[in-house]
Amino acid sequence: MASKESTLPLPKIAMSDENVFSQRFEIRGGDFSNAGKTSTSIKDILQEIGIDPSIIIRASIASYEAEMNVVMYAQRGSLTLNITPKKLHFRLEDDGPGIANIELAMKEGFSTATDKMREMGFGAGMGLPNIKRNADKFEIFSEPGKGTSLEVTIYLNTTE
Amino acid sequence: MMISANTGMTLKEIKEILQAEVITGHDRLDEEITSAGGSDLMSDVLAFGKPGILLLTGLSNSQSVRTANIIDAKAIIYVRGKKPDQDGIELAKKKNIPLLSTKFMMYTACGLLFSHGLKGIDAALAKNSHER
Repeated sequence: MASKESTLPLPKIAMSDENVFSQRFEIRGGDFSNAGKTSTSIKDILQEIGIDPSIIIRASIASYEAEMNVVMYAQRGSLTLNITPKKLHFRLEDDGPGIANIELAMKEGFSTATDKMREMGFGAGMGLPNIKRNADKFEIFSEPGKGTSLEVTIYLNTTE
Repeated sequence: MMISANTGMTLKEIKEILQAEVITGHDRLDEEITSAGGSDLMSDVLAFGKPGILLLTGLSNSQSVRTANIIDAKAIIYVRGKKPDQDGIELAKKKNIPLLSTKFMMYTACGLLFSHGLKGIDAALAKNSHER
């Protein structure tokens, strides 16, 4: 490995709070047999950290749906998980075809899934709404032909 | 809060009602189940699923087990004699999720459990503030 001075890519996310945990996961598109493994790992991590179970479920569901979207639609993608004392955040980026009409894609039941995706039990047009429902903050950016990214934030303080 | 103590049944009772075969989790058949839901669509399960439910499904790939794990389902019943793939069985073992398989089809399997008093998820949802 060449170890000369190089500009290593720095994490894009500047967290204002102190990060307790940060990890990036690569997700391979089309790899249906491994689909969901990232989210299973994330759930394990959250359990290990001792996050509240009700938060773990919401985070796992959101990441699972997001992961499935990458597997179903993109060649590759990544999920970057960041946990601070106050919140759990993940950013998902993929190089998929992008979403031309986000408003439409957010509607329950709207789907562009293929039979193969449906065979896996997904592609019912519930993915993005499911992610949004489980997030405290949800943002989606997409450019047709380039890809899609999601920002999901779940606050850890459940006393509200 | 009204909690009725006798609305649930054990996995062992469920196994008998559905004449089901235990694929994995023989040691957990005394687990008590209080509500169930049936679907082949994992996104639906992710949307309606509640911790502790029994999941009835005809989806036999490993996504069924991954989904059950994500929502903290207590066990899975595969209908119409289906069985999960090896990946699914391995994950279920690791996560302590009993897997059973019944010859009955979805409608009959759900109907049998319901008529024996096992409530659907709807009842749990009605109590839940997460209502849409």
